[in-house]
Amino acid sequence: MKYDNEMTLQIASKSQNEAFARVAVAAFVSQLNPTVSEIADIKTAVSEAVTNAIIHGYDQKEDIVEVFCGYCGDIVYIEVRDNGRGIEDIMQARQPLYTSKPEMERSGMGFTVMETFMDELNVESQLGIGTKVRMTKKIKCDSDL
Amino acid sequence: MKMKFQKKELTLIVSISAEVDHHIAEECREKIEKELDKFQGKSIIFDFSDVTFMDSSGIGMVIGRYKYTLAQGGRTAIVCRNEKVKQIFQLSALFQLIPCYDTIGEALKYTNQEGFLNEI
Repeated sequence: MKYDNEMTLQIASKSQNEAFARVAVAAFVSQLNPTVSEIADIKTAVSEAVTNAIIHGYDQKEDIVEVFCGYCGDIVYIEVRDNGRGIEDIMQARQPLYTSKPEMERSGMGFTVMETFMDELNVESQLGIGTKVRMTKKIKCDSDL
Repeated sequence: MKMKFQKKELTLIVSISAEVDHHIAEECREKIEKELDKFQGKSIIFDFSDVTFMDSSGIGMVIGRYKYTLAQGGRTAIVCRNEKVKQIFQLSALFQLIPCYDTIGEALKYTNQEGFLNEI
């Protein structure tokens, strides 16, 4: 697919980079004049996906998380990729309140938040290879400018 | 990230000024746990008035402390007016267990409720 514009970030899987990743994506997407609410939705979804990669994908070991963001017209495409352990049962992982790490006080709401705040969510994963979380969102208007 | 702790009767008020994600939630949790160790009360108010962003990590942080107040026979309340932050809590139906108020004053009425404390 050819995007009007795109960027890819490679960040160390450190929890302090979660804020950096969502702010960088928000800054990039701001080129489309999204509303404050749309930006908040995108920041939240990116935060969830990057956190999952760090906590679950890499089990907090240091590695690289890739965050791609592109847009075509008014549709934003975001992909968060890791080369971590992978998800055994994606259906189960996407269930609200399901978490494999209750001891870490994870709520099991990550995928539910991504689904709610974005228009589409697609999760691909292979055990031992890694996980790709792809999300899209249509930026509806800039009429509040 | 800034945190402020205040004690009002049997309630610990935890005011957080930050974007609450996994990284910040872990920091907050450690600081709250330390504060709870020396705290003689039963209830907690999470004051999210200055929380500008929160992801689902905030849910875990609140539920973890809610369990503590349950064990103490106390209550937990949230103070929040940010619609996006509220939406995250609503997705997990958290407000059924932990009510959300606009002001600390209203939340304190719930956590320090006289009749309620006498019952314990």
